[in-house]
Amino acid sequence: MEALKEVDANEAYENDLPADVALDCRAHQIFYSDFLAVRDSHVPIKRNQITGFIGPSGCGKSTVLKSINRMNDLIRGFRFVGDVHFHGINIYDKNIDPVSVRRNIGMVFQQPNPFSMSIFDNVAFGLRLNRYKGNMHEKVEKALRSAALWKEVKDKLKNNGLSLSGGQQQRLCIARAIATEPRVLLMDEPCSALDPIATRQIEELMVELKKQFTVAIVTHNMQQAVRVADQTAFFAVDISKGGRTGYLVEMGPTKEVFENPQEELTKEYLHGEFS
Amino acid sequence: MADNEFLGNVGGRTLSKPPTPGDIFFDKSFRFLTRAFTWATIFLLAFIVYKIGGKALPAFPDLGIKFLFTSVWNSSENVYGILPQIWGTIYSSFLALILGGFFGITIAIFITQDFLPYKVEFALKNIIELLAAIPSVVYGLWGIYVLVPLIRPLANFLHEYLGWIPFFSTRLSGLGLLPAVLVLSIMILPTVAAISQDAFKAIPHKTKEAAFGMGTTRWEAILRVMLPTASGGIFGALVLGFGRALGETMALAMLVGSMSTLTLSFFAPADTIAALLANTFPEANVGLETGALMYAACVLLLITLIVNIAGAVIVTKATPGGDRR
Repeated sequence: MEALKEVDANEAYENDLPADVALDCRAHQIFYSDFLAVRDSHVPIKRNQITGFIGPSGCGKSTVLKSINRMNDLIRGFRFVGDVHFHGINIYDKNIDPVSVRRNIGMVFQQPNPFSMSIFDNVAFGLRLNRYKGNMHEKVEKALRSAALWKEVKDKLKNNGLSLSGGQQQRLCIARAIATEPRVLLMDEPCSALDPIATRQIEELMVELKKQFTVAIVTHNMQQAVRVADQTAFFAVDISKGGRTGYLVEMGPTKEVFENPQEELTKEYLHGEFS
Repeated sequence: MADNEFLGNVGGRTLSKPPTPGDIFFDKSFRFLTRAFTWATIFLLAFIVYKIGGKALPAFPDLGIKFLFTSVWNSSENVYGILPQIWGTIYSSFLALILGGFFGITIAIFITQDFLPYKVEFALKNIIELLAAIPSVVYGLWGIYVLVPLIRPLANFLHEYLGWIPFFSTRLSGLGLLPAVLVLSIMILPTVAAISQDAFKAIPHKTKEAAFGMGTTRWEAILRVMLPTASGGIFGALVLGFGRALGETMALAMLVGSMSTLTLSFFAPADTIAALLANTFPEANVGLETGALMYAACVLLLITLIVNIAGAVIVTKATPGGDRR
């Protein structure tokens, strides 16, 4: 019953966003078929900041992130109750094409997944997809520079993207995602398949990227959240009703969440009492 | 053995035991047998080439290299040439590859790219593979009694109105290249479809996810990402299909018309090397004609070997990083 009341409260939420919010995700309920995966998670993503999603396994942080650019639409039985406000529209509106949402909200995945084509073609992929007519080479170089990969690959742009190392592949995927200059960049545990050195490079890169983009990142690694995230959203699993439903416990500036958590659950998690 | 005894002494404290002499004997004989059979296969291939080459060799001084560039096959005058058959073999296989390849790849996309519920997908896949189980001679009969009457009106209509196009320059009077090519394309379709499906299935899910994440529509994902990624395997499928078409005999011997003519026309009777061999050997003279047939067999063997080797080389080169998948 309490959950329902909150839904009503959220309905009354105004349509226009605070100026510093790039995207406002209000996930009342997210279902996979009849399994309630996430409830009551209101996550505003602030402009030119990094928002970190943390929490134990199965808490729905990835589900919420992937709902933001409608990647979950690809999963059979997925249903999103709520709305995601972005540039004056609700991206879950019936007349919104998920394809155009994904072109405006880029995504970097857990596993590096460059296409089996040349490094250049990987980065140019989105530009060609969006029928970019300008200087392709210039844009590709710019994206690779922003992804801190240009120096390593500038002499082998014709090589296959899969011939790079894991960390380089992930930076290539970042270059591919930012080449079209999307407004928001979502990253789903982008370092989980990488070694510490590559992880460090990606983290430094993220801090650079936020000057230009709005970034949301799911991470398993709390230290990573502390290092890179400006805002932190802490999710947990609710097993009280028999299922395993994830929900947002609290959210705020990273420093406050880590140093002075408002919720007991957050405190316990940060102290390593469960994971 | 000393090591085994040493390890055997540890036995008191653990459930681990060294392999028994029986285990070791079985392991060794199994490895020996696999090796022996592998070599036997290679030996068999060499033996076939050696024997056919040996039988063809005596005919070589008489027939010479011009055998490959002349068009007459006349056993009463002992004049032999297989240019039309070489052309017919490559031309018919190529046309069949275009048709069968197109449909095979299309079917592979349709079956593997989540267009269908799983059960329908499974049923369809198996039905298409059943096409490969139909005996060649049945295809031949079907071609003669069903296909030819069916396509004749259309073929002759095309000839009448578009006869100036070389492909339509003759009438289809019955047997000919077109029915042969149609049957051939149906015969290679299961091969192309099955191997292309494997190529698509081998693409990791994360690649597809990446494509959708970039904001591709379904078709853009297939055409811009899935097809290029699977291209190495698809190329292999096409080469194997082509190889199959080159050597296909029975259906072609029944349908192609067996005329030593060099033609571009789809509707003219033609001939292939395999069909020539099948149709000629029962009445062939013991002397030069048999040698000529063996020579022709060598040529066919050479063509298929070149196609298959070239295919294998290109497939390995066409999939950079493919081994990292």
